[in-house]
Amino acid sequence: MIANDDVGAVLDGYAQPRREHLIPILQEVQDRQGYLSQEAMIRIGERLHLPASKVYGVATFYNQFRFQPKGRVHCTVCRGTACHVKGSLALLETIKRMLKIDAGQTTRDGAFSLEVVACMGACGLAPLVTLNEEFHAAVSVDSIQRIIRKQLKASEADARAK
Amino acid sequence: MMIEMEVNNRKVSAEPGETVLTALERAGIKVPTLCHLATLSPTGACRMCVVEVEGQRNLVPACAFPAAEGLKITTHSPRAVRARKTIIELLLANHPDDCLYCMRSGECDLQDLAREHGVRDRRFCGGRNVHRLDVSSPAILRDPDKCILCGKCVRVCEEIQGVGAIDFLGRGSQAIVGTAFNQGLNISSCINCGQCVTVCPTGALREQSHLKEVSAALHDSDMMVVVQHAPSISVTIAEEFGARPGHDASGTLNAALRRLGFDRVFDSAFAADLTIMEEASELVQRIQTGGRLPMMTSCSPGWVKFVEQQYPDFRENLSTCKSPQQMLGAVIKTYFADKAGVPPEKIFSVAVMPCAAKKFEAQRPEMGRDGLADVDAVLTTRELVRMIRNLGMDLRALDPEPADDVLGERSSAGKMFGVTGGVMEAALRTAHHLLTGTELPALRLKPLRGLRGVKHARVTINGLELGVAVVSGLGNAIKLLEELRAGRDDLHFIEVMTCPGGCIAGGGQPFKTDIAAVRARMRALYTIDRDEPVRMSHHNEALQRLYREFLGAPLGERSHALLHTHYVQREVVR
Repeated sequence: MIANDDVGAVLDGYAQPRREHLIPILQEVQDRQGYLSQEAMIRIGERLHLPASKVYGVATFYNQFRFQPKGRVHCTVCRGTACHVKGSLALLETIKRMLKIDAGQTTRDGAFSLEVVACMGACGLAPLVTLNEEFHAAVSVDSIQRIIRKQLKASEADARAK
Repeated sequence: MMIEMEVNNRKVSAEPGETVLTALERAGIKVPTLCHLATLSPTGACRMCVVEVEGQRNLVPACAFPAAEGLKITTHSPRAVRARKTIIELLLANHPDDCLYCMRSGECDLQDLAREHGVRDRRFCGGRNVHRLDVSSPAILRDPDKCILCGKCVRVCEEIQGVGAIDFLGRGSQAIVGTAFNQGLNISSCINCGQCVTVCPTGALREQSHLKEVSAALHDSDMMVVVQHAPSISVTIAEEFGARPGHDASGTLNAALRRLGFDRVFDSAFAADLTIMEEASELVQRIQTGGRLPMMTSCSPGWVKFVEQQYPDFRENLSTCKSPQQMLGAVIKTYFADKAGVPPEKIFSVAVMPCAAKKFEAQRPEMGRDGLADVDAVLTTRELVRMIRNLGMDLRALDPEPADDVLGERSSAGKMFGVTGGVMEAALRTAHHLLTGTELPALRLKPLRGLRGVKHARVTINGLELGVAVVSGLGNAIKLLEELRAGRDDLHFIEVMTCPGGCIAGGGQPFKTDIAAVRARMRALYTIDRDEPVRMSHHNEALQRLYREFLGAPLGERSHALLHTHYVQREVVR
């Protein structure tokens, strides 16, 4: 029920929420919850007098919104121009293959989630990958494989410990 | 002040504020469109209507370009035609090549344009999007693979019907039209009206067909297969066989249905008369006993579902009367079954309707008894046309025949159920009789006629002034509901038809119906009402016999069990 309070708190921040507030509201809700749940989108739609289909349509238009909760390890891959030139597509494909998820998705066990971002503003360090706000600069396919493998092992160990 | 333009070296005049496309259409110059909807503001999405305007560097979309004095326009310059052809080729690059098997083949705008523009080879090849077919809805099938993203369905659903069950999802080459969270239509707020199907230029939206079930029943010698046809079918179906819009084909329709193998042919307008007897009695009762007012009609199943899911506080306002389709279904499997000496489980009951939502209505669990549905299959006008063509028949070549007696007689009031305002007129005629014992002095209630979306009238019966409203198109109904919520209290009775104009423009009617055709169909129903001798539901003799032999009195115990229903609060993704 904490989740619902987040949406309520965001909506309460607007005296008279109107349709032009939709995107900022979606952003704030995602900031608090890490993703946009169906319940959140329906509630936002009700308050703005917009059909859920419209809220979902707007949200799916933008890459910044995600529809699954973030994993315990949230991985972002920069696909900005500099990172692209330095081979970030291969990094993304490698991570997708290793985690068995697409960008925007979360692994079933909730351990990992993957996101593509446009530019992190650190082009001198390209290509960039972050794992839970920890920056990995100038990574190669080899080094990202090592990093992800280590994370996978750690999460397996966690699961066994439980 | 008219504006003068020069189009293809000819003078064309336009009214101020008009778009170039409107002026061209009136002048009889055809510029193709895929996303244009005459009643809504232009989106310029498809770019098919591009024309060359002197002094403009780029081609301009005629649908979104305002007419102006002295414009020099070329509609079919090589550049414009090439641009259109390229658009079609690009659309086809992401389209399944199954035209031979497609339900819309022969009636598809994309196919027509490809033919007209002489598209003969595949110029563009690339990745093709593949999506799931959405078969979840009992009324409408969604096939996003065939969607060209013109957006007409989205706009009709949101701007005309006020529902907004579908919208554009995603972006760019991944964009599709879908429901909230891309789930099945069945759990969305879709009301099954089918207006999206009628505006869809391709086969991306179509009705759930019941043709297989009907055909199987017709060839099952164990079953008695009966059919009813809705009041609006006879004034639309002939168009599909080349007749001018508004031609009434009641007689030949009956003949065609018999040749298709139906054992009995009934007229839903008989049940419309029955509905009026019950509904007018209910109105009188509500007024006399202080029941919930304003009473609202319940014949239009899209509207009923809409109230259940979006305005459940108005459920009590809905008349408890079932729709004519369901009333006749119930009477067929009880009274008629008894009379014909056939057990109800051996009767297969088919309804031909102008509507997709009737398919949903027929499968509502409360619409039957002892595990038997009252109506087993619903065909749209379009499906019936397919069936008739399948047998190589032409409606025009048949001699007219009457409907079967028992449940085939009707008044012209019942026939008027097909047009917006018709239910109201029919109900007031009978309500007047119930309240005073005399007939309404003037049967034709002029303020309630015509295709306007909102109509009002005040009718005085026995010193009691009744306020009545007639709306069609759910967007108009929403405005009225909001007025009622805000405290408006001058209304006693409201007729709502889900589709703009009523059933004559329903979601199951022929494709490419324009406003002129709808108007002609409307006039046809008014002409029937003007010219026929029996113009009041309570004068329908077969109906009186039904009450004498079987039902007793309106709102009686048997009526209550068979002809009335209740409404549920419906949880959907809104």
